[in-house]
Amino acid sequence: MDGKWQKRLKKFSQHFIIIVLIVIMLYPLVWMIGSSFKESSKIFVEAHSIIPSSWHPENYIEGWKGFGGISFFTFFKNSFFIVIVTTIGSIISSTFIAYGLARVKFRGKKFWFAMMMMTMMLPFEMVMIPQYIMFNNFDMINTYWPLILPNFFGVPFFIFLIMQFIRTIPIELDEAAKMDGCNTFSIFFRIIVPLVTPAMMTAAIFSFYWSWSDFMGPLIYISKPELYPVSVALKLFSDPDNLTNWGAMFAMSTLSLVPVFIVFFIFQRYIVEGISTSGLK
Amino acid sequence: MLPRKSDPVAETGKYTRNSPAPKLKIAGPFNKKNKNGYQNVTGYLFISPFIIGFIALTLYPIVYSFFLSFTDFDLLGTPNFIGLGNYERMFTGDEKFWISLKVTFTYALTAVPLRLVFALAVAMLLNRVVEFVGLYRTLLYLPSIIGGSIAISILWRQLFGNDGALNSLLGFFGISGHSWLGDPATALWTLVALYGWQFGSSMLIFLAGLRNIPKDYYEAASIDGAGAWSQFVRITLPLLTPVILFNLVMQTIQGFMAFTPSYVVTQGGPMDSTLLYVLYMFRRAFEFFDMGYASAMAWVMLVIIGILTAIIFKSSKHWVHYEQDEK
Repeated sequence: MDGKWQKRLKKFSQHFIIIVLIVIMLYPLVWMIGSSFKESSKIFVEAHSIIPSSWHPENYIEGWKGFGGISFFTFFKNSFFIVIVTTIGSIISSTFIAYGLARVKFRGKKFWFAMMMMTMMLPFEMVMIPQYIMFNNFDMINTYWPLILPNFFGVPFFIFLIMQFIRTIPIELDEAAKMDGCNTFSIFFRIIVPLVTPAMMTAAIFSFYWSWSDFMGPLIYISKPELYPVSVALKLFSDPDNLTNWGAMFAMSTLSLVPVFIVFFIFQRYIVEGISTSGLK
Repeated sequence: MLPRKSDPVAETGKYTRNSPAPKLKIAGPFNKKNKNGYQNVTGYLFISPFIIGFIALTLYPIVYSFFLSFTDFDLLGTPNFIGLGNYERMFTGDEKFWISLKVTFTYALTAVPLRLVFALAVAMLLNRVVEFVGLYRTLLYLPSIIGGSIAISILWRQLFGNDGALNSLLGFFGISGHSWLGDPATALWTLVALYGWQFGSSMLIFLAGLRNIPKDYYEAASIDGAGAWSQFVRITLPLLTPVILFNLVMQTIQGFMAFTPSYVVTQGGPMDSTLLYVLYMFRRAFEFFDMGYASAMAWVMLVIIGILTAIIFKSSKHWVHYEQDEK
């Protein structure tokens, strides 16, 4: 009897600790969502409460109007454009490269794999200045090229992720296809691509996140407000020269996370698997 | 290619799990073109995007920034060679450089271990629970997926602001608030907290690692009378070291590169107490257009990160445990 109770108590306390942890971790988020419905002038008066004393959905309408005649429709449209093109480019190129590195035998393969891993560890901030000067020389400032183009040459994290996945596909499959007269390209398109779609999905989701929340890139390259993505536009709310409408700011902040939430809850499975197998950030 | 009529795969043209692997090793016909079975052209064709990108967007920029670091380039004029001038100014004449270095080391060396230890603790707790584990995992991972977003940095500023949620909550319990962001002694810790808050992906990686540890190790250990702590130190920790190593390297680099939190939450202030290195470099480059100096800063950071990574990898021989049968 004693042992049974002890076990139950242990189990209960484990769940209890986890739930407390979740509450603390999600508190800021819930507070933000709550604040987005509060009356602007009262957000900090009733900062201790999560539930607004009166509901003000008009914060969303206020916020949507944006700045200087540019509404959040434009910012969202810009963000979606960048994200979609970036994602398509990075996934296609990364899959090609991953296949080459994982399956094709060629001289210098080890060297290029090592270069790929080194590129993965090299932070963008270290090449940001020379890249900026390059794109400046190409007259590409205030265009989306500097944000999009680099993704078409493969993203090391995704290459690594897809490579790990290709390695789990039995090589006999390739060999059997070769017997059948497939060349390397048809093996890639007919066998590998259909089988690695889960890994490509995972990579696509991460590409979506990173590009959606990318701040530094657009901050450097985009200075025309009508070209701003959502991330940089949100920053305008907290700029000292704007009289901050807190309610609108929280409303648009919340809205900017909605696409992330949607993708997260639909594709969770891929994310968890992707992180677990590759150690992606 | 000679399709072998006896091969069921060749006949049906379908590859199923049950199709027998071809008995003939791919020896003869495929190797005729190339003695060693190398497919150089195909291989390079597949990885050509990477090679182009690597040369144009990594190698060339790195070399170019090395060159720039010896010049006074300001984006408009032509770069004038000034020798070690930038480095000299940085090490001897620029107090802010040293401040930013100190702030960044303090930040990275507290935030990274904090996140990893916390992630491991939560992963171990989750590993013990059976019910609702999927739901718990999702909810705990959520901050990590949105944490990089600018919305969260903006939110953080309001949470820790003078009349923000934290002070308001403290006041609710009768504790007087504190100017978290206004006090140079505490401002950096709000950023450390923001970094630790996004522990989710490390947690998932640890959780996957924990799941890979065979259960019978623990059973054998408990038969031998090993307590929970010694099981943790002797089984869990050693078997997780490869995962910890990978996390440590990537997170350390990420920690040293932090920019958005200090740019949005604190703007480097108060009194430069949160002036992270990349923020200072960013200001030098894009507010003062001091491209030569900023390039020199990037190179100094590159060397620092290189040394740190090398130390972690070198030391890993002594603390990372590799199972002998590992591939």
